[in-house]
Amino acid sequence: MNTTNIELPAWIEVVVIPILNIIMALFFAGLIMLAIGVNPVEAVGIMLNGAFGYQEGLGYTLYYTTNFIFTGLAVAVAFHANLFNIGGEGQAYIGGLGVGLVFLALDSVLPPILLIPIGIAAAALFGAAWAFIPGWLQAYRGSHVVITTIMFNFIASALMVYLLVNVLIKPGQMSPESRYFAEAAWLPRMHEFFGLFGVSITKTPLNMSFVLALICCVLVWIYIWRTRWGYDLRTAGFSESAAVYAGIKPKRVVVSAMCISGALAGMVAVNEIMGVHHRLIMNFPAGYGFTGIAVALMGRNHPVGIIMASLLFGVLYQGGAELAFEIPKITREMVVAVQGLIILFSGALALMLRPWVVRLYLLVRPVREVSA
Amino acid sequence: MVNEANNAVEAIVSTASSISTDSPYAIELRKISKRFGAVRANQDIDLTVSKGTIHGIVGENGAGKSTLMSILYGFYQADSGEVLINGKPIHIKNSRDAIAAGIGMVHQHFMLVDPFTVLENVMLGAEKHALISHSAADARKELTRLSETYQLTVELDQPIGDLQVGEQQRTEILKALYRRAEILILDEPTGVLTPQEADQLFEVLKALKSQGVTVILITHKLREIMDITDTVSVLRQGQMVAHVNTADTSMQALAELMVGRKLVETNHQRKTALPEDTETRILTSNLSVTDERGKQRLKDINLEVKSGEILGIAGVAGNGQSMLLEVLAGISLPTTGHFVINGQEVSRDTPVGPLKMRQHSVNHVPEDRLKLGLVKAFTAAESSVLGYLYEQKFTWRGLLQLHHIKKMCAKLMDGFDVRPGNPKLKSASFSGGNQQKLILARELDKRPDVLLVGQPTRGVDIGAIELIHQKIVDMRDGGCAVLLVSVELDEIMALSDRILVMYEGRIVAEVNGRDADKTTLGLMMANAHAGAVT
Repeated sequence: MNTTNIELPAWIEVVVIPILNIIMALFFAGLIMLAIGVNPVEAVGIMLNGAFGYQEGLGYTLYYTTNFIFTGLAVAVAFHANLFNIGGEGQAYIGGLGVGLVFLALDSVLPPILLIPIGIAAAALFGAAWAFIPGWLQAYRGSHVVITTIMFNFIASALMVYLLVNVLIKPGQMSPESRYFAEAAWLPRMHEFFGLFGVSITKTPLNMSFVLALICCVLVWIYIWRTRWGYDLRTAGFSESAAVYAGIKPKRVVVSAMCISGALAGMVAVNEIMGVHHRLIMNFPAGYGFTGIAVALMGRNHPVGIIMASLLFGVLYQGGAELAFEIPKITREMVVAVQGLIILFSGALALMLRPWVVRLYLLVRPVREVSA
Repeated sequence: MVNEANNAVEAIVSTASSISTDSPYAIELRKISKRFGAVRANQDIDLTVSKGTIHGIVGENGAGKSTLMSILYGFYQADSGEVLINGKPIHIKNSRDAIAAGIGMVHQHFMLVDPFTVLENVMLGAEKHALISHSAADARKELTRLSETYQLTVELDQPIGDLQVGEQQRTEILKALYRRAEILILDEPTGVLTPQEADQLFEVLKALKSQGVTVILITHKLREIMDITDTVSVLRQGQMVAHVNTADTSMQALAELMVGRKLVETNHQRKTALPEDTETRILTSNLSVTDERGKQRLKDINLEVKSGEILGIAGVAGNGQSMLLEVLAGISLPTTGHFVINGQEVSRDTPVGPLKMRQHSVNHVPEDRLKLGLVKAFTAAESSVLGYLYEQKFTWRGLLQLHHIKKMCAKLMDGFDVRPGNPKLKSASFSGGNQQKLILARELDKRPDVLLVGQPTRGVDIGAIELIHQKIVDMRDGGCAVLLVSVELDEIMALSDRILVMYEGRIVAEVNGRDADKTTLGLMMANAHAGAVT
């Protein structure tokens, strides 16, 4: 029976099936744990406790989540225009370059109230610019965006190595990183923010960019589903010929979708560079751009889903680190394997269970009498 | 009839189909039911078809014809019921089983490989030897025999892409016969043919019948049913509502059985001539289009449409009508020539896009509703503003005014009897006819000065056709200039005040709508009439 065209209620589609997928992934992860002689239940307990059990753990979890939200949204926006932006990694990296250049030039001149917005804008602008080129090439020259964005990740990486080693490096040191920015350019950490209200929480990397990520979720939702431009984006994404018929210019949609996508990916630099490292360093995107693809897939390209998926990956990152620390038998690589299983079941095999769910649903649901 | 002289492999293939029992029926279906989710596509269908007859199956879209035939050909499994071939119960799990049981199918859209020759296409998937050259030699011998027996003449060594549509269809029939089909199912076979090509097809079908082949003809063209079938079944809403001998029924009776109510046939031409000083809304001069591969799609099109008239463009699909619509709607640009549409001058150097066309009251109902007319994944409400978001009432500072859009969509659905009338449903979940009504509602509601309409009733039920025709005529009577492109001659003849016939990108004839007759138009569509353009 072909079940792909049978519609399921939204709650099954966005809640039940993803949870089933995660259960499948955890089941296989559990088998691996058993194989090396670790009690899976205990492992899950350590993981959850590490991610949520105490303030520091929670802080780290949400700090990772922030990055995933940005890159997940980036992939989702492009996806709604039927584009597969694999260049989040490079766009985030170049976004960091934007922040670095602006702050290295201005951090001693301007007050925080100006520096922070300028830094955010620079991250967005540089990320967008890095995505603009593949977007333009796709729209006007037909070079496939998947290929070009992958290439641009390498170009970004090479460019940053060159700049950090030769140009932006702090004079008189060996490690390829810029000088620290003035404190005026540091994005307030969450514990500082809470401190303003007299609430004391543990110091963690979690900073105000988490709030920015949530704001971006709302903005992306409004943009895609509630504005004229999002309507154009979706029309061109679903059907280029319908877009042309409606007087929408698909090429422009491709370019603008890539720019918005790149700007969102660039926001990773706000969290990492402005919020945590306070200087330009090498390889700070650390795979967040790629994981964003899995996040968007799992979150069904919807901001709410992306927040949930990002949180899940945040838990995996932080809880996984805790696990590797607590149980020496479980190495970092094993944690990566568990993450891989979750990506496999939620991304690549996302619809594997759907036919059975559909059948079950049809069985339990009373059939309305409708004739063809 | 099976030639025993061939090798053992064929003998195995043919045993399944040449078992003859005492049953007089080639096909017998007993209480076949099939449901898709909540939709009952087939309910307790009984059907018997005698050997060596031509049986017609008629019904509106979504009546369950295709589902029933798909069950017979193994694309779907019936939920319940029995299939008997030559009196023997049989389980058809896939098309391979169907072929083994002697069932062949000619689909509406041909399943042929364009660059391959006729011979290669026929033997594709049924090669009998490891080496192509051996298979080809065998196939050639067999095909020569088949084309002599059934008067099916096709050049075996021509690439499919170079053949006329009628010849491609004959290749499909040869394919089925080569696989020893004794039951041949044809799904809407004449949709793409000129009336003359259709006549040739019918000759072939008669020859097949005289050789004992059983033919099932699925169509919504009642004239064909009357002309060629021996018996006919009518499906309505998934149920079989009648089995009759064709000789005992009439087109009117069949149409009413299909729709389930009385139909009134009307001719919609203007009763009075247009006044001399009527405003011209479309005027083209030497409009030509050459595509990027250098093929001439339109050549020197000169036409005029006035306010308050319907100009029909007749022609076999693929003769430039689609390009003409696209050019006039601003989607494609003319290569040379220019046109004036509702006061705007358009040429290659002064392009006017689809959006601006709409703003100048030139609306377009596209031929391909699923690719152009709406977005399948959108809700009906979202599809109902496709192309019109520039209108101030739908947006406020770029934000969609969804409640307003939904309200307007509900109004459109009400006015055009779109069912179900729920703006929140996905566009894809409406039937073809209701999708078409939604698009027409969107384009007609604006009361445009110029209306470009392509295939307004393709795949639309008889009941909905009446409504759609009436709405187009109402537009005309309100002073709109209508350009109607359709491959349905009946439709062109019922609506058009004037008719232009297109052939290979040119206008080859013009006739007055009232004087048009089908035979002459058919000849014109093949450019074979007196005064044909060379």
